[in-house]
Amino acid sequence: MSCFLSNSSLGKKLVMSVTGCFLVLFILFHMSMNVTAIISPEAYNTICEFLGANWYALAGTVVLAAGVLIHFLYAIILTLRNYKARGQRRYAVTVKEPGVAWASKNMLVLGFIVLAGLLLHLFNFWSKMQLVELMGQHTNSLGYSPADGAALIRYTFSQWYYVVIYLVWFAALWFHLTHGVWSMFQSVGWANDTWYPRLKCIANIIATIVFLGFAVVVLVYFFCPCLAGAC
Amino acid sequence: MNFTLKIWRQKDAKSKGAFETYKVENISADTSFLEMLDILNNDLVHQGKEPVAFDHDCREGICGMCSLHIDGQAHGPSQGATTCQIYMRKFKDGATITIEPWRSAAFPVIKDLVVNRSAYDQILQAGGFISVRTNSVPDANAIAIPKPDADESMDAAACIGCGACAATCKNGSAMLFVAARVSSLAKLPQGRVEGARRAKAMVAKMDELGFGNCTNTGACQAECPKQISITHIARLNREFLSAKFKD
Repeated sequence: MSCFLSNSSLGKKLVMSVTGCFLVLFILFHMSMNVTAIISPEAYNTICEFLGANWYALAGTVVLAAGVLIHFLYAIILTLRNYKARGQRRYAVTVKEPGVAWASKNMLVLGFIVLAGLLLHLFNFWSKMQLVELMGQHTNSLGYSPADGAALIRYTFSQWYYVVIYLVWFAALWFHLTHGVWSMFQSVGWANDTWYPRLKCIANIIATIVFLGFAVVVLVYFFCPCLAGAC
Repeated sequence: MNFTLKIWRQKDAKSKGAFETYKVENISADTSFLEMLDILNNDLVHQGKEPVAFDHDCREGICGMCSLHIDGQAHGPSQGATTCQIYMRKFKDGATITIEPWRSAAFPVIKDLVVNRSAYDQILQAGGFISVRTNSVPDANAIAIPKPDADESMDAAACIGCGACAATCKNGSAMLFVAARVSSLAKLPQGRVEGARRAKAMVAKMDELGFGNCTNTGACQAECPKQISITHIARLNREFLSAKFKD
């Protein structure tokens, strides 16, 4: 079985689909957690404390990192193979085929933007929260408690360039999900002509919920931090 | 009608190749695209020049030979039609038309616009058949097949193996072709028996021949002259994965 998951084109797509599904579920959980920060910073910090550097949060982090790594590595492997299969000489004239979404042809580029945003996000938050706790320290480089996630959000999104960068990141994620979510059903064979419009609609809804859920926290903390109880 | 043609000319498989420009004049709007190329070739022969090599056979949209990439589209500007079903009235008078061969690593150019599509034959030989003794013709109602299944099977069986799917796909993937062949047999009781073996064998051969991986863009179904749906790709995925998990 390990053979077909690493050797066969359809096996590799199955891995992309399963890891993608796992990452979508995590993103939905993360987005729900973030929204708490604009309702009650205290409640958000309670969640941060609950997660912290506890064994279950660490186990979750390791599994999550593995999910991202496998999804990314398989994307690279698949794309390199595709590039080779396309041949060295390309068409002199190309047109946009009807019904083909822009995102579907740019998933790797979108994935790179999402990954770059993730690395920045790990620097902005993870390195000042869970990593600080792991290292046995009680305050991070900004002088906050590692469980004071709300203060970190307030600090990060008081800077306009971070707001812009994060919104671009969320937009790339939106495009990635509009194709990725319905595509993961197609890759495991759970799709047909009746369900394509439904699956694409579900994908757009999930992508939009994720975008709005993440963006609203950034915008509220930038424009009116008092609304988030941060005054 | 008058046209300027930018046609890919390549002496043989090893040559580099380049575009050459030709003029064709006084073409009737009701001339088919291939007839227009015939007229061009006639002129070239009269001028003592090498005619343009291009694949064609039935000229009625069922053989899948006329594999030309015209103005950025497999089989030209019409949806659900092969090159031989395109007429010059689809183009504007005075237009410049760019004609290229399929571009895919698995379909190497043999000469000018002719490519080697034997990779599809090899995939078919790997499992695109049923191994039953036919004997005499059975009674038409001996095996009852639900109408929706028969319809779906026939939709998939409409595939003419022209190669437009792999040639259009940005990944050079042959998934729509393989899926159509697997699906057309999987929906019928006679083909169902060998469904698992067929899916595994054809996918293995597809991978071995260097075709790319499907990323579900749907470009293949948009350019397929027989308008075969990617729903068959979903069925191939299902057939293949369930076969592998049963191993």
